[in-house]
Amino acid sequence: MRLTCPCCGPRDRREFTYYGHETFLHRPAPDAGGQAWDDYLHNRDNPAGPTRDLWYHDPCGTWLVVARDTVTHAVEGSEALA
Amino acid sequence: MADLTVTEATDGLGLPLAMGDCILSAQAPGTAWLIAPYPGRRAACSAALAPLGLSFPAPGQGLAGQGLAAGGRRIVWAGRDQAFLFGAAPPEGLAEHAALTDQSDGWAGLRLQGPDAEAVLARLVPLDLRIGAFPEDHVARSLLGHMPLLIQRTGPETFALMTYRSMAGSAVQEIGHALKAVAARRRLG
Repeated sequence: MRLTCPCCGPRDRREFTYYGHETFLHRPAPDAGGQAWDDYLHNRDNPAGPTRDLWYHDPCGTWLVVARDTVTHAVEGSEALA
Repeated sequence: MADLTVTEATDGLGLPLAMGDCILSAQAPGTAWLIAPYPGRRAACSAALAPLGLSFPAPGQGLAGQGLAAGGRRIVWAGRDQAFLFGAAPPEGLAEHAALTDQSDGWAGLRLQGPDAEAVLARLVPLDLRIGAFPEDHVARSLLGHMPLLIQRTGPETFALMTYRSMAGSAVQEIGHALKAVAARRRLG
């Protein structure tokens, strides 16, 4: 598997650390209620198909969102987070 | 005052190591200052580095000093918004625009030279290091086996490698294994 680091270019999967689904980018408001916070912290889908998740490129220190497909293993693209 | 003796990270590791048509030798980085520009200050850093004949490098870029280059002064990209300045102290005014840390004694430097250098590193580094994809002076942060690596192509058959000082022994051992294996395959023809 190869991912494209927006800073360094296409790199081997060994250089990346997986963090989880992009849900972590959508933090609920403090008063959003227990269900919203439960979903944010704990509840994840297990998608067969397109998904977007967070990866960290260890060598250069860039956080990225990767769009990929868990069925075909195609990597659609990636973008830097900050 | 104590009289301290400087020992290089690679002392006692049996370098230089010549095997097949490659040589692995020590290449101490000398003074190494990490420059990490504050947000939006990259251009200001370049301006502050101008007296050294340098500018802040783009990702993957290594720059040798112009004009004042005597003494091996160079700046090398070393991560997102990070660069190493080798062979010179940070010029005056740079500290206003960037966080500066002297990491001279934190890194071990190695030099791998020879026609098979790419083949040796192909066993350890998950990068395309052929000269078309990784031309002279290009820099990357990657992995050497499981160790963090800063690699620069410094010549057609030469690479400069840097890893953390504490890992120097493992790095030499791993590259030694790869050298041995590549040399053995060459002997088989």
